[in-house]
Amino acid sequence: MSSNVFQRIYTKLEAITKATVTLRAEGVSNDELASVAGRLAQVVKIKKDLVTLQVFAGTEGIPTNAEVEFYGEPPALNVGEQLSGRFLNAYGEPIDGGPKVEGERRYIGGPSVNPFKRRQPSELIPTGIAGIDLNNTLVSGQKIPFFADPDQPYNQVMADVALRADVDKIILGGMGLSNDDYLYFKQKFEDAGALDKIICFVNTTEQPPVERLLIPDMALTAAEYFAVDKNEKVLVLLTDMTLYADALSIVSNRMDQIPSKDSMPGSLYSDLAKIYEKAVQLPSGGSITIIAVTTLNDGDITHAIPDNTGYITEGQLYLRKDTDTGKIIVDPFRSLSRLKQLVINKKTREDHSQVMNTGVRLFADAANAKTKLENGFDLSDYDLRCLDYAKEYSNRLLSIDVNIKIDEMLDTGWELFRKYFKPEELGIKQSMVDKYWNR
Amino acid sequence: MKTTGKVTGIVSNLVTVEVDGPVAQNELCFIDLDGTKLMAEVIKVNGANASVQVYESTRGLKVGCNVEFEGKMLEVTLGPGLLSSNYDGLQDNLATMEDVFLKRGEYTPALDADKKWDFSPIAKVADKVVAADWLGEVKEGWLPHKIMVPFSFEGEYTVKSIASEGSYTINDTIAVLTDSKGEEHKVTMCQKWPVKVAIKGYKEKPRPFRIMETGVRAIDTFNPIAEGGTGFIPGPFGCGKTVIQHAIAKQAEADVIIMAACGERANEVVEIFKEFPELIDSRTGRKLIERTTIICNTSNMPVAAREASVYTAMTIGEYYRAMGLKVLLLADSTSRWAQALREMSNRMEELPGADAFPVDLSSIISNFYSRAGIVVLNNGQTGSVTFLGTVSPAGGNLKEPVTESTKKCARCFYALSQTRADSKRYPAIDPIDSYSKYLEYPEMEEFFNEKMEQGWVSKVLAARNITLRGKEAYDQINILGDDGVPMEYHLRYWKSELVDFILLQQDAFDNIDCQTPLKRQEYMLNLVLDICNKDYHFERFEKCVSFFKNLINIMRQMNFSEFQSPEFEKYKEQLQKTVENVL
Repeated sequence: MSSNVFQRIYTKLEAITKATVTLRAEGVSNDELASVAGRLAQVVKIKKDLVTLQVFAGTEGIPTNAEVEFYGEPPALNVGEQLSGRFLNAYGEPIDGGPKVEGERRYIGGPSVNPFKRRQPSELIPTGIAGIDLNNTLVSGQKIPFFADPDQPYNQVMADVALRADVDKIILGGMGLSNDDYLYFKQKFEDAGALDKIICFVNTTEQPPVERLLIPDMALTAAEYFAVDKNEKVLVLLTDMTLYADALSIVSNRMDQIPSKDSMPGSLYSDLAKIYEKAVQLPSGGSITIIAVTTLNDGDITHAIPDNTGYITEGQLYLRKDTDTGKIIVDPFRSLSRLKQLVINKKTREDHSQVMNTGVRLFADAANAKTKLENGFDLSDYDLRCLDYAKEYSNRLLSIDVNIKIDEMLDTGWELFRKYFKPEELGIKQSMVDKYWNR
Repeated sequence: MKTTGKVTGIVSNLVTVEVDGPVAQNELCFIDLDGTKLMAEVIKVNGANASVQVYESTRGLKVGCNVEFEGKMLEVTLGPGLLSSNYDGLQDNLATMEDVFLKRGEYTPALDADKKWDFSPIAKVADKVVAADWLGEVKEGWLPHKIMVPFSFEGEYTVKSIASEGSYTINDTIAVLTDSKGEEHKVTMCQKWPVKVAIKGYKEKPRPFRIMETGVRAIDTFNPIAEGGTGFIPGPFGCGKTVIQHAIAKQAEADVIIMAACGERANEVVEIFKEFPELIDSRTGRKLIERTTIICNTSNMPVAAREASVYTAMTIGEYYRAMGLKVLLLADSTSRWAQALREMSNRMEELPGADAFPVDLSSIISNFYSRAGIVVLNNGQTGSVTFLGTVSPAGGNLKEPVTESTKKCARCFYALSQTRADSKRYPAIDPIDSYSKYLEYPEMEEFFNEKMEQGWVSKVLAARNITLRGKEAYDQINILGDDGVPMEYHLRYWKSELVDFILLQQDAFDNIDCQTPLKRQEYMLNLVLDICNKDYHFERFEKCVSFFKNLINIMRQMNFSEFQSPEFEKYKEQLQKTVENVL
């Protein structure tokens, strides 16, 4: 960090909590960074000459006579083409053994885009996964999380999605990532030979939780540089936002703030929205798309974190294990991409919406048939066909290990309809049936 | 002289200022941060310390920064040019900002000071006038925009002079008024008004007595909202709150629509920005944007301005009401506004109420809702502000403070149900939980008797009853099995499905079905009730099911066809035959 002429060193702390220290100091500005006994800290509260600092690495072992030095500026990141291919920590410092990143210094957590200057998202992001492309199509400029239980392979799916997406830059913000997952991402990106378009900001479980609070802003500051300055299409991956929110609650708790629902701070909605709303389609053609992970506690979406997230993001993707096929699928009922109408049938084939709706409806019929079976009622011939259809639909389309083009997904859909049903059972527009039934 | 002060404390956007003179609650001030002026509002005063909420990020702010108090509350500028404008919560014009990013401390004027408006006088020299009386009018798009005696003028005035027909800018003097002491006051085409104070200047505020047509059957037929009435739409995410609001904004029979996007997704506002300039209002044939003002404070914009945004929207609404116009105010979502209140209350370390919301949440909400209403102006004409807000209950649970507080003051309740949304029954307005108190108003009943037909309300209640009884039957069928219940249960259930599919459900994305005029709603309700009132005898329940499924299919085709077109009549004939066949 740059040194400053006015730098003064303080050596007397008035109070210490697990995450904050308080001291008397003058000329301090809100949000500015400081070091406390060599650890990075940020000003969160000023009351006359009493300044409270949030110490990112925690306050373990900090004595009351610790040296405190103010930097005179808020957290910042050096941005430039040099960022490509780098692995950095929550402070933007290299963890890959490479040199320091040089470039223009930008404060993180900057202002929002004027909503009037935004453009409506309209570009499809293909992922090869039919559970996404066919049923819940992603659009550039969208923000969407995976709602997943901790035991589900969401990081793998996210890495696949990122590598298959046609984007200029992929920026990973890892919060509380296990070391194994971090190495997995690293290996996967290396194997794909995509390192030149990847930037990672990583906070692993080995590092202090409060540091995580910097990760999304770091990742998005880098994203804004490439999207706004370079007109690039940027995909930002944030995993795991639940751990980010947990870190928020730790800090607000230490600052004696009154918790609201589920011991989360009252500002949780605004805090999350500030991050997710960075997703944008810019008039110049650049865009930021955010795919995040919100881990759930036993599928509970009424918890404050997934609940607030759901109100902010443009849909959500659920993963679940399909007990009939043993595969992990993208749940077609609960998943939703709110922006899919912007591209379906416009950027994809004319039969897309019909195939999508019919496919899901038949899958729902199969679920009803299954309930009937479990309750001991007799199954009709249609029910039985639905069950067979569901197995194959799940295997060949919903499963996350699928990797095919959208047209193939649609053709597979028609193939399954033809195999198990008659056209009049499907309620598809006649013109579509005429054109695609016998292809 | 202005009161000044110095910053003594900062926690996020709550700043304490030591002041050297008098300050008022809700007074505005500007904090000087190295030349950038940050707007803030006083929310608490304790001795010489004023707590202010800053409408911007406080990054970089220091103890000792200078503060200047303005001696007035947050105001909006009212005048021609408000319509088709896009404002943030503080009425800054978003369209005239140059940068892609919102700049801190950048405030843009709400109205174009150079634009000329064609003015024609209404008042004459020597007329006696009071606040809100009409002096003249200009054409704002196709709407007659009245130029009024400023709302802040107290007592009676005499018109000394009035501008003749011609073009003027908003700052040109168009009239000179003399007060009772003989002092002269110049009046221009624009005036300012504090957002947290309701605009009065009307003779009386009667009970609502006619409906505001929205074109949505689940609302107009089943739970009508009155012109000047209030309603709210709570629902979990993904239930279609925003889709309903957008549909209403496009179709409602209002002169002016004000949309307050309060703490919601920016891309949803972009949709309005993109669509409204292209969509045509079917009643006037004009572009929708011409009658619309958008107040946009999305979730990532400063929290304090989010709170201000709903008041800004309401004040603009009241301004147009004073011109004798029908205003529809839509706010999405009032929960985000309540959350903004919560964040501030929390930072001020006030003792919290339920779910950490401030204890006076309920009174703040009801105070706001009470600003809506139909009014009789001084000249006998009526104007109205109808208010419809959405609520985003945490976890989809309606037993939370914002929903409960709103329920106490809003007269229409449109509960969106997750189960209906999951089974794609849109709009997901729950037919059983939702209500409109206006159906119980005798003056409304009279209105319906006249506008629709005698006994309309009892017909609506009959249809509601069918849904209720159908639900009960459905529960029984589920427990006892298809063969375990009498045929009567199946009949009841399927009649309710008919009401549901044909009247309650409506395709917001279909060009014809999206909007149903009242006459057509009347026709369809009668048609459905007719069918439901007949006696049917089926031997097996399968017969009953396929009969009603067939009816539903035919009547849906009717819904998708133009009213009383040959196609429509063809389906109607088919329908009659199908019904006669089983009788």
